[in-house]
Amino acid sequence: MSARRPVTIPVRVEPGSDLPPTERSAVLESVNDNRSLQGALLPVLHGIQDRLGWVPPRAVPLVAFELNLSRAEVHGVLSFYHYFRQSQPGKQVIYLCRAEACQAVGAAELEAHAKQKLGVDFHGTSADGRFTLEPVYCLGNCACGPSLMVDKELHARVTPAQFDALVAK
Amino acid sequence: MQSIAENDLGTPECKSDLQVTLLIDGCEISVPAGTSVMRAAALADLKIPKLCATDQLEAFGSCRLCLVQIEGVKGFPASCTTPVAQGMKVTTQNGELAKIRRGVMELYISDHPLDCLTCPANGHCELQDMAGAVGLREVRYGYAGANHLDAPKDESNPYFTFDASKCIVCSRCVRACDEQQGTLALTIAGRGFDSVVAASQGESFMDSECVSCGACVQACPTATLSEKSLIEQGQAEHSVVTTCAYCGVGCSFRAEMRGEEVVRMVPNKDGHANHGHSCVKGRFAIGYATHPDRITKPMIRATISEPWREVSWEEAIAHAASEMRRIQAKYGRDSIGGITSSRCTNEETFLVQKLVRAAFGNNNVDTCARVCHSPTGYGLKTTLGESAGTQTFDSVMDSDVIMVIGANPTDAHPVFASQMKRRLRQGAQLIVADPRQIDLVRTPHIEAAQHLALRPGTNVALINSLAHVVVSEGLVKEEFVRERCEVDSFEKWRRFVGDERNSPEAMEAVTGVPAARVRAAARLYATARNGAIYYGLGVTEHSQGSTMVMGIANLAMATGNVGRSGVGVNPLRGQNNVQGSCDMGSFPHEFPGYRHVSEDATRNLFERKWQVNLLAEPGLRIPNMFEAALDGEFKGLYIQGEDIAQSDPNTQHVTAALSAMECIIVQDLFLNESAKFAHVFLPGSSFLEKDGTFTNAERRISPVRKVMRSKSGYADWEITQLLANALGLPMNYSHPREIMDEIAALTPTFSGVSFAKLDELGSIQWPCNEQHPEGTPFMHVGSFVRGKGKFMVTEYVATTEKVNSRFPLILTTGRILSQYNVGAQTRRTQNVAWHDEDRLEIHPHDADERGVKEGDWVGVQSRAGETVLRAQVTTRVQPGVVYTTFHFPESGANVITTENSDWATNCPEYKVTAVQVTRVTQPSAWQRRYQEFDQRQRKLAGQPLAAEPDGAPAR
Repeated sequence: MSARRPVTIPVRVEPGSDLPPTERSAVLESVNDNRSLQGALLPVLHGIQDRLGWVPPRAVPLVAFELNLSRAEVHGVLSFYHYFRQSQPGKQVIYLCRAEACQAVGAAELEAHAKQKLGVDFHGTSADGRFTLEPVYCLGNCACGPSLMVDKELHARVTPAQFDALVAK
Repeated sequence: MQSIAENDLGTPECKSDLQVTLLIDGCEISVPAGTSVMRAAALADLKIPKLCATDQLEAFGSCRLCLVQIEGVKGFPASCTTPVAQGMKVTTQNGELAKIRRGVMELYISDHPLDCLTCPANGHCELQDMAGAVGLREVRYGYAGANHLDAPKDESNPYFTFDASKCIVCSRCVRACDEQQGTLALTIAGRGFDSVVAASQGESFMDSECVSCGACVQACPTATLSEKSLIEQGQAEHSVVTTCAYCGVGCSFRAEMRGEEVVRMVPNKDGHANHGHSCVKGRFAIGYATHPDRITKPMIRATISEPWREVSWEEAIAHAASEMRRIQAKYGRDSIGGITSSRCTNEETFLVQKLVRAAFGNNNVDTCARVCHSPTGYGLKTTLGESAGTQTFDSVMDSDVIMVIGANPTDAHPVFASQMKRRLRQGAQLIVADPRQIDLVRTPHIEAAQHLALRPGTNVALINSLAHVVVSEGLVKEEFVRERCEVDSFEKWRRFVGDERNSPEAMEAVTGVPAARVRAAARLYATARNGAIYYGLGVTEHSQGSTMVMGIANLAMATGNVGRSGVGVNPLRGQNNVQGSCDMGSFPHEFPGYRHVSEDATRNLFERKWQVNLLAEPGLRIPNMFEAALDGEFKGLYIQGEDIAQSDPNTQHVTAALSAMECIIVQDLFLNESAKFAHVFLPGSSFLEKDGTFTNAERRISPVRKVMRSKSGYADWEITQLLANALGLPMNYSHPREIMDEIAALTPTFSGVSFAKLDELGSIQWPCNEQHPEGTPFMHVGSFVRGKGKFMVTEYVATTEKVNSRFPLILTTGRILSQYNVGAQTRRTQNVAWHDEDRLEIHPHDADERGVKEGDWVGVQSRAGETVLRAQVTTRVQPGVVYTTFHFPESGANVITTENSDWATNCPEYKVTAVQVTRVTQPSAWQRRYQEFDQRQRKLAGQPLAAEPDGAPAR
């Protein structure tokens, strides 16, 4: 067939068929839980992050297909909210509050300590893969700062010592 | 960048019967209720600064430049999102507003490259204009802070670049993709300072879902999204309104010019068919017009094995005329004929049929509509009384249920598809009847309520079963039928479709569509306030094409869906002027205006005007010409702008017929497949090189205007005129407007049409006459053109093209967005970046059975022939059905299609061919012969041995 131009035909992939099974089922479970809601996209993305700890960008085509949205729409929402992670975190995520009330009662010192203790900057994951450190702006616990949250568990009036105890568990 | 010739009023037009009067900067102005303050001001020639607003998109209110003060209202509301109110007092300019606007501009400019002098948008940049408008004098923040000036350029699209460093994140591109085009390929990723325009998930434009319609490029207020041709050539200095020469949507464009060079084609906001929207073909794929493959000198040769000889126009025309006369002298008056083109203008088509009837002295004239919409002409004339669609495109915005039958608008009629999708996103329901899962069946925000995935060739069975449900479940609009239709024919039809053999349950075995789905679809359509049917070649290109068209008309009449906005029977015409070529008397049995050649009064009218005797008997249709050629009775053919050797079915039969002729005159831009069998080549002109009119699918006559001199020296109408004069038929038109005057004088439906009126109104939908001096948007209002609507009995008769163990699959054919018809134009543009080869779609089940994998070469054999294509394994097609496009001659899609045709009009049965598919390693014998013949003919014409796409979109 030499006379014809060489062409690379992209292999057509059904949305989601290239996802690891755990990711695929997390997406489908979350979609099925929320499909009937009006504006299901945000709850669906939360459901995926709750199950996997993050929202893999490769899952976006399947989310878009299931909700009959475009990939761009899903990507736009996913990238708008910093809470949604597009990379895999450590086993636990520590959200450290940096809002004004916490800053007034020593959040900056706690932040410096946490970074030093885990050996990471914000958004980083400790070398042992156990913790990812994220900044957060207000956990709504202003009276009892400095506050932090480990996964979904809130901790108040956290001192560096208490921080060490938390990560030593 | 918007058109250099257009004024932007900021927000879309608002339709309301209620007028509201307000004071803007002391000027009293009345506008329809719902209009924005910004638009009201613009209508009073008061310019409010703006960046994120354009009248092509809904107001967004993000740029904060258009703030105004309104008496009694707190703060500074955005004028784009604030509707007018009775007695409102608005101030658009004062010191306070100026200060705010300058502050906003300072922020924009602090993060923008200040390279205006070398920027492609220079002179037409809205950011630049606004800096001037608000009186920006300094940027207090300096330019050293964090910025986006090093953001990378995306040059992946062959036609435009995305230069993120110039982006002001106004979202106009994103909204254009969402609202106008409906592909939703763009978004704003990230937030705050990190916000960027992203294609799909942040990939390049070419890797995203972008379909390159150009809406984002037009919407961009800066040079961020710019045509590559604009970057290379610079700003245009004038623009000319003309009509696209691709599909039957007939979009109006402004050709933006530098002298005789096209800089870019910009969709015309005032265009009545497209309202400022476009697709990748009309917007960008015009490079063919200046492609080096264009032949610009007349050529002749005695036989097709001889090299072509370039000759003067005089010699070519004299030779052509003498050959035609020689053949007639030897083989008789009826041994020659002509084929008109649906790509050429109405005026040119009119002249060709005049030449055949008056100079050749016979009625052997036909047109490519024979192979596409001839059943539409026949079917709609019989039932409704006029051979054309009933609506305007805008009518779809009033539809509540839309039924799409055998059409793929997002690929073949993309600009209308965008409008239809807009209506579907507003909540109209969709029924799709198509063997394939076309994009419309499920696409972001749109999902068909019913997809009736019928077996190819069973349309009539399906329409009868839909009608059965309407009749048997009491869904007939009895009052409409009683008042508007022939009661006898209706009663006969009611008994026929009501018969149990036409029930969805009985027909399920034939169509393969579950009866429940048919019932649901019928109820949905019949009970809609406004139900509209849109159909394409999937209806007409069948052995029962005409029957199906009548079946559609029956269904529309029975449910009262004719004669107002939002309803109707809408054929989506394939080519730019296929409606016009039919209107202009291109068929062997009809004069212009669909009047039979046997009608004495009509014939006398033409005889008096043309001063010749005309024949009362119809002439040969294209397939009859081929038969007669093979019988040795038909020897000469004048073909204007059509490539029958590629587009007509059973290629080997066609080429045998062409080989049997003694003089084939081909008038075309390129040495097309038919020209390889020709003896005289007359170089034609592109749509950019002539004046005239095209008529689109909604009967809209739109002007085509010359923007450059003809490359060959003559426009196509002039060439026909030269030939007519050489044959002794005097033609002395000095401009196509004179031809239109003759058409108007001879054709009642065109009697009010003139170039002067077209200049005044922009476009006109025929009938345009004394009763409808400004044209007719909706047909059959109040009564049908034929008086009473006629129901026709539409018995389903299975095609003789049946699957069996030797040919177990059905092949059906279609089109793809980036390519157009036989590809003569689009293959010579960068559109090949999207589609550079026809492929065979095959269901995974059928592929597995044959050991065929994605990308394998497969042989496709039918009773007519064999070709080889690459396989694309996909569930878009159902098991038992394979599908391909026919844009590339070497694919030989029509080597496989058969000569079966519609019983009434001979429209070929392209959509049903029984085939076998096998894995192969070699091209087919036909392809090897084709390749050899192609190379030889190229050499004989002194052309390069392989066609290559043009390097730039316009030169």
